[in-house]
Amino acid sequence: MPTLTIDGQPITVSKGTTVIQAAEALGIYIPRYCYHPGLSIAGSCRMCLVEIEKAPRLEVACYSQAADGMVVHTITENVRLARRSVLEFLLSNHPLDCPVCDQSGECDLQNYYMEFGLYQSRFLENKIKRRKAYPIGPHVMLDNERCILCSRCVRFCDEVSKSHELGIVNRGERSEIALYEGRELNNAYSGNVIDICPVGALTERDFRFQCRVWYLNRTASICPGCARGCNIEIHYNVLRPYQSKGKRILRIKPRFNPAVNKWWICDEGRYGFRHIDASNRLRECEAQTADGVIPLGMETALKTAAAWIGESIEQHGKDSVGFFLSPELSNEDLYAILKLARHLGISKIDFRNPGEHPGFEDNFLIRGDKNPNRRGCVELGLYHRQRENGGWMAEEIKQGTLRMLVAFLQDLSLEPEFKAALVSLKRLIFVGSNSNATSEQAGLVLPSATYAEKNGSFTNFQGRAQRFERALVPLGDSLPENELIARIAAHFRMPEQPFEREQLLLDLRAEFPFFDQSTLDPPDVELAYQTTIAQREHA
Amino acid sequence: MEEIVKVPKQAEKGSGLTFWQRTYVPEIVRGLKLTAAHFFGNLAVHIFHLLGLWTEHRGAATVQYPEEMRGYSSRLRSLHRLTKRADGSPRCVACMMCETICPASCIYIVAAEHPDPNIEKYPESFDIDLGKCVFCGFCVEVCPEDAIRMDTHILDFAAYSREEMIWDIHRLLNNEPRRAEGIGQIRKMK
Ligand code: SF4
Ligand code: SF4
Ligand code: SF4
Ligand code: SF4
Repeated sequence: MPTLTIDGQPITVSKGTTVIQAAEALGIYIPRYCYHPGLSIAGSCRMCLVEIEKAPRLEVACYSQAADGMVVHTITENVRLARRSVLEFLLSNHPLDCPVCDQSGECDLQNYYMEFGLYQSRFLENKIKRRKAYPIGPHVMLDNERCILCSRCVRFCDEVSKSHELGIVNRGERSEIALYEGRELNNAYSGNVIDICPVGALTERDFRFQCRVWYLNRTASICPGCARGCNIEIHYNVLRPYQSKGKRILRIKPRFNPAVNKWWICDEGRYGFRHIDASNRLRECEAQTADGVIPLGMETALKTAAAWIGESIEQHGKDSVGFFLSPELSNEDLYAILKLARHLGISKIDFRNPGEHPGFEDNFLIRGDKNPNRRGCVELGLYHRQRENGGWMAEEIKQGTLRMLVAFLQDLSLEPEFKAALVSLKRLIFVGSNSNATSEQAGLVLPSATYAEKNGSFTNFQGRAQRFERALVPLGDSLPENELIARIAAHFRMPEQPFEREQLLLDLRAEFPFFDQSTLDPPDVELAYQTTIAQREHA
Repeated sequence: MEEIVKVPKQAEKGSGLTFWQRTYVPEIVRGLKLTAAHFFGNLAVHIFHLLGLWTEHRGAATVQYPEEMRGYSSRLRSLHRLTKRADGSPRCVACMMCETICPASCIYIVAAEHPDPNIEKYPESFDIDLGKCVFCGFCVEVCPEDAIRMDTHILDFAAYSREEMIWDIHRLLNNEPRRAEGIGQIRKMK
């Protein structure tokens, strides 16, 4: 266990730890381009040079292993000079496209140049022209002029996605990043190269020119795309809506969580936010009447919903009402529904798991179960019936014992048995964010908020309850499900219910030991997004 | 040591007037004489000018705005214009520097992908709300492409509605500078 001193602070680290890691443990950030904690060490950019006492010359912090008695200085006059020279070399063929470069604002060339740059250029030669702005895959655009050949993207494709699409071709100042012949950067994780590229060489096709990065607001969230529950950050633009043509969410970035997704997310999750501002979002309550669909105010709609449930219970008994949940609901939403059902004595609760026929799965992040909170449903005791996909409910509807259904989010008519059964249902209330065939059949539609518009937590397949934060104001009249339920509950003289997230969570943990014991990931785990760390350090 | 300046609490009135000033009438007459001398003097000069005589002598200092306009200082910040490339397309690359720095938040740019990868980015729309602009000139100073200038010397862009005060990219691109020769020079408008 070597003990070394970095900038006057002693630290003991395990054998094999590099200087850059030891410094990071002390909270000292050493500038870097090629080093990335999730990739192998290249040692090629020379930006992390530090001064080590008794060493004849400056050493790269990313490759030097900590040794006992080592005394490291991360910022001395020599180090500054070295970094300035490294930057001068990097810029010798750099186009300085900052005005049109999407990276600008979160670019490590810009960030480090502000600190170490040589502001008076000495360069007289002509810069080498290279190919600019061309797509190398469905999500990624490459600009060879801006590339600083740090090889992070190459190492990512070799070591993380293991798909080996990229390489460095040619030699000397002619070397550049290129795709292998006949290949395309289309692996399931291709978007991550955009995040790890420290400059604007790799940019996001989907995000290009939508918004300047300094206009973006950021909120920590959890990807609802599959049971992994990757930690993400939602980047959205609400201050300048005209810039992105009304789209609010502009991109998703991964957040570092060593136990779940490390630094990465899959492309499916990265681009899985489109339903939030889609044209089929339900914005107001709707009721089906003899004259067609009419919009309703929230209060009237909730009152109607409560009246329907009350009537059905009164006339046909508690077993005439069923709740059909979805594993896309948060723990808090599910718990609120459970509480209401208990108060009303409703026992017919089930959920349909669309992941019954598992989708694509790999041995890295992507899970076959495409629901973020199936584990939460199970742990809340909603899966005890072990009947397939709530098919028993379809049976009961057909027999006429189940007369009324409150369905959440999912399109029931995708299931053949339900498609037939829904017709014989007397009353159907649909609670969901986007319209589908079921919402069109429902007598009453209550619009609900998407994950980006509410606070809550999802339990991933490992059993980690991970919290997500509200980024946006819910669209139109829509409200989080637990709030809708709370307001319906108010009509049933249910004792004052805490539908505040914190209180719900406390109650949930008190009642279900599983949630008490599971790790509750706070939404502030460090960003996986390297440049943001750099920005924070250099702010 | 601080010097204490005594500020009078009240304006001092009437003190120090001479006897003649107090009698009022002679002072009025003196004032009227001065006004009348200028009036008739200028009247004469302008009549001579009409007859084509004595034109090297200027009449009253009044500029006959809007028929005549004064030249402004070349540093004057006037109505914005967007400069053009040789082919007439805007030089602006929609970098949003001006939009970012504008203290009045009155620049609205929407960027788009340019078919030429060497230009890459261009403004699909570029609006300035002149009703909000404070004419600070920050947008001009911050522009890395010399794409926006405030050198048109146009100051008379008032409009009847707030909407008309929002200038779009077409109007801004076609704002020809209207510059007179230097400060103090008077220019006849057509
Ligand atoms: S990569 Fe960085 S330095 Fe290079 S043009 Fe883009 S923002 Fe500017
Ligand atoms: S494209 Fe980006 S990540 Fe890849 S080598 Fe170049 S600078 Fe590094
Ligand atoms: S002059 Fe100042 S206030 Fe007016 S548009 Fe330019 S930056 Fe904005
Ligand atoms: S600063 Fe210049 S180039 Fe950038 S958006 Fe404004 S006018 Fe266009």
